[in-house]
Amino acid sequence: MGLLKQREVLLALAILVMTIGIAVRFPAFVAPRNLASVFNDTAPLMILVIGQMMVILTKCIDLSVAATLALCGMVAALLNGLGFPLPLIVFCAVALGAVLGAVNGVLVWKVGMPSIVVTLGTMTIYRGIVFLLTNGKWINAHEMTPAFKSLPREMILGLPVMSWIAIALIAGFAVVLTRTPLGRAFYAVGNNPHAAVYAGLDVGRTQAVAFVISGALAGLVGYLWVARYAVAYVDIAAGFELDVVAACVIGGISIAGGVGTLAGAMLGAVFLGVIKNALPVIDISPFWQMAISGSAILLAVAFNASRGRAKGRLILRREDTP
Amino acid sequence: MSRQIPDRLQSPLSRFLRSWEALLLCVFIAVFVINSYASPYFLNAWNLSDATFNFTEKALIAFAMAMLIIAGDIDLSVASILALASTAMGLVMAAGHGTPVIVVTGLVTGLLCGAVNGVLVAGLGLPSIVVTIGTMSLFRGISYIVLGDQAFNGYPSDFAWFGQGYVVWVISFELVLFTFCAIGFGILLHCTSFGRTVFAIGNNPTAALFSGIRVARVRFILFLLTGVMSGLAAVCLTSRLGSTRPSIAMGWELEVVTMVVLGGVSILGGSGSIPGVVLAAFIMGVVTFGFGLLNVPGIVMSIFLGLLLIGVIALPRLIRRR
Amino acid sequence: MQPVLSLRGISKSFPGVKALSGVQLDLYQGQVTALIGENGAGKSTIVKVLTGIYQPDAGTISLGGKVVHFAGADAAAKGGITAIHQETVLFDDLSVAENIWLGHAPQGRFGLIDRAAMRDGAVRLLDSIGADINPDLCLRELGIASRHMVAIARALSIEAQVVIMDEPTAALSHKEIHELYDLVDKLKGQGKAILFISHKFDEIFRIADRYTVFRDGGFIGEGLLADTSEHALVQMMVGRNVDQIFPKRKHRLGAPVLTVAGYCHPTEFADINFTLHCGEILGFYGLVGAGRSEVMQALFGITRPSKGACRIDGHIRALRSTSEAIAAGIVYVPEDRGRQGAVKGMAVFQNVTLPSLPRTSQAGFLRLAQEFALARKYATRLDLRAASLDQDVGLLSGGNQQKVVIAKWLATAPRVIILDEPTKGIDIGSKAAVHAFMAELAAQGLAVIMVSSEIPEVLGMSDRVIVMREGRIVAEIEGAAMTPEALLRPAAGIAAAA
Repeated sequence: MGLLKQREVLLALAILVMTIGIAVRFPAFVAPRNLASVFNDTAPLMILVIGQMMVILTKCIDLSVAATLALCGMVAALLNGLGFPLPLIVFCAVALGAVLGAVNGVLVWKVGMPSIVVTLGTMTIYRGIVFLLTNGKWINAHEMTPAFKSLPREMILGLPVMSWIAIALIAGFAVVLTRTPLGRAFYAVGNNPHAAVYAGLDVGRTQAVAFVISGALAGLVGYLWVARYAVAYVDIAAGFELDVVAACVIGGISIAGGVGTLAGAMLGAVFLGVIKNALPVIDISPFWQMAISGSAILLAVAFNASRGRAKGRLILRREDTP
Repeated sequence: MSRQIPDRLQSPLSRFLRSWEALLLCVFIAVFVINSYASPYFLNAWNLSDATFNFTEKALIAFAMAMLIIAGDIDLSVASILALASTAMGLVMAAGHGTPVIVVTGLVTGLLCGAVNGVLVAGLGLPSIVVTIGTMSLFRGISYIVLGDQAFNGYPSDFAWFGQGYVVWVISFELVLFTFCAIGFGILLHCTSFGRTVFAIGNNPTAALFSGIRVARVRFILFLLTGVMSGLAAVCLTSRLGSTRPSIAMGWELEVVTMVVLGGVSILGGSGSIPGVVLAAFIMGVVTFGFGLLNVPGIVMSIFLGLLLIGVIALPRLIRRR
Repeated sequence: MQPVLSLRGISKSFPGVKALSGVQLDLYQGQVTALIGENGAGKSTIVKVLTGIYQPDAGTISLGGKVVHFAGADAAAKGGITAIHQETVLFDDLSVAENIWLGHAPQGRFGLIDRAAMRDGAVRLLDSIGADINPDLCLRELGIASRHMVAIARALSIEAQVVIMDEPTAALSHKEIHELYDLVDKLKGQGKAILFISHKFDEIFRIADRYTVFRDGGFIGEGLLADTSEHALVQMMVGRNVDQIFPKRKHRLGAPVLTVAGYCHPTEFADINFTLHCGEILGFYGLVGAGRSEVMQALFGITRPSKGACRIDGHIRALRSTSEAIAAGIVYVPEDRGRQGAVKGMAVFQNVTLPSLPRTSQAGFLRLAQEFALARKYATRLDLRAASLDQDVGLLSGGNQQKVVIAKWLATAPRVIILDEPTKGIDIGSKAAVHAFMAELAAQGLAVIMVSSEIPEVLGMSDRVIVMREGRIVAEIEGAAMTPEALLRPAAGIAAAA
């Protein structure tokens, strides 16, 4: 347990060092307003990472989150155009996301297909459906109601609503992961699926639940994204699923399942968010972003692996160790 | 009492008839026939030849990817290796070198990228899925750093032959190259002891190691192969397009994986064949071309491919459960 | 007296294997029933049926007179059945307390897990079995014996009327075994019905009241232990006259072929020294977790020792990989046949030729005719039972899979062959064949190391026996000194009788 804490601490330190480094040359970066803005900008990533983390914990992967996000966002914009009230729109986005996640979950649980193949398939199908809905047409800002667009940006106590939503979800899922039987089940199933059966856990069902949650969260982010950027089209968040997985890996969520904390995952997301927002400030071309996050992933993976080396059966009693 | 055990119970022919490859052959013939009825332009020699460009470059990568997946690994960075190789070729071209140097640069860049993956996965024992997600960002990221939103143009005219030239009548160079590689990889996987070790490692890496197989060496070589084939694909694609952008071949890694999985290679490793991948390439090529003739947008085509992928993997599992 | 738990007519089949056919079993309140049978008799299967992991194909389970049906493991736990399984099925990255309470953690408000109650409960349970383990430690940090203690604590955390113990003393030290006996007595006093599975007759006669015997998946008999003897039980187990016959051998030892000096590993073994001669069968005895397999795997190049040297024919050889070990003439037939020995999913002949591919292929190209010839030669020599050489090795029985693994190594013409638990989980017919074969190999001048936990086998086959305990060699015995006590005492850490 001690080692685990160490990883999150190291990551937090790395973020702190980066931020301070930037602040030395560009003090405006650490102005509270700017930090809040960075947090807000990273909020969609953080929410998606919560869901993906649970999926990866159960030894699966969800490559369809960005496509789910796009589809639910487009549906939200369409419903807005049809005059639906805002609470109902948000509810529909989340519900649709849950259904799309359930499709993944059922294919993994009941049909027994590997999650990478399933989500590769649903990823292309969901994006294609976005196109079919509007025949490729965009939905622009002037076609959206003011209430729809402004909700994520409403300020409460100095932070936009989108940031508060992220905070609430982080707090809620922190409780779920550490203090509920479902949370323990995610860890157990990923750590040792064979033993999980002996403990009375249904491996497939637990994985399916993780997919539903991941999809529902992606649906929520779909609405937030479309509302905040005030545009909906086929290619929104293209490639974002890989940023989400990258944040998880950097945050210490092992791809083998069963290992990782929510704090770590959030720090992973913040790490990527700080880099993305810092580059323009320190006048490094945004074209460096991809290479930097790629290197960060490789370092994180190497670190993950060095921590988790299998220790053999530990036969020699401690006192005798030569 | 020596009761002789027979070598085989089934003749190779009857084994083929019940195989995945036979199913794919039927699907291919069906799709071909449907398309020839659907559009009058389909059965035109030059049009069919154009159709091959849809899949030849991806298939070059798919052959190496198939071997890698059979061995239990995966390489999601292939499209990024292609981009980086293309960028390197552009740099060399801009420096005034001729076609031979350009081609060698592309191949060597691919090889070096493959070596990076190989060292991380086979040497350090890191999980291939996350390592290659990392190198995927890193390699393409380097291309973005070099090129930004610019492009390399002005490749020498004789360079264009690789991607745009014809050997005889309608048979393009790419098609000939595809055929040679198909035969070469087919022999490598199915008729050599190296290929046998690939299957062994994919089925049970522990038992393979315990049988004296140099598992790390084989895996490293497989990553070199995917790297070099991505480099070869880069030569063909760059030559065909006549230019290099950092976004070249975006999303191709997932299409290559789809081609491999559709070809009957199990994503979990241990089984698959090159003829299957060849048939899958043909099917995907014909579907893309046929839909194109009917003016179906690319993204709708992807829905069909996504459904095909899921359907084709789900079907045998559903039948077995019955 | 009415039994608390009653099974009638239970059958369970798997593709190709009938694990249980129409068996019966009764467990009584406050009494320990020993379930006796050879490997493959169906004992583990019945445990999995009782704990809801498997659903029986036929038959009834009655608990307290009422017929019950367990759809899964938690249904069995709720029904009041708990088990300490033979394999520790725990979670490395969860804490000890979480492992103990997974699936039935004490809940506080809003259905949230009450961590304090969980920790206190864990401390209470661990104390009650005399285990000094910190409940907040990650399971990964614990050694094999401590893990077993956690598994026992987990089993006890479920309020159960029926407690199943499947080979519970296999990994325990002498002191821990006695604590386990005290625990069993305590559970009896609490009125629980206990099912105790063990191979060790002294244990059975010490703590059990009744017995039930299974053989080849069928029920053979039951009764009170007071009314029977070890000899009678063994006869029921085996079905024929008992004294296991081992092949007669002329113990002619040749020159030393392998000398190991000072092998050490940071966590698994220390100070390993021994010499092996041509034509010798050297037995390695010890309890589960003694470190024997770890030493052998270091000799085979799977792991590297941190210190020490190994000489083959007098020359020092560094064995840094399996291919170097094979080149030096050392081969290893692993204990875990399924995971380490046979490549399931590949054909029999492909398995047999795997280490020999350089010899059967030409310039890297496979030559199937050569491969089939090689496979045929060894299949006949070992009397392999398979439908065809092209068949998936995963479909063969355990004994035949073992033959394929042995065949694979013989085909490389080795000098030293290490067999790790070669007859574990194999039916008696194949056991005899493997023993005869080992004798033949030794007679041909091969040097054989046999790691085994079965005393009759070790005594019957070996020229010399080395006993290991907790990673060290504690005794080396040969000739007339080779008796069961001489093996058992050092292995279990019991001081010799005065």
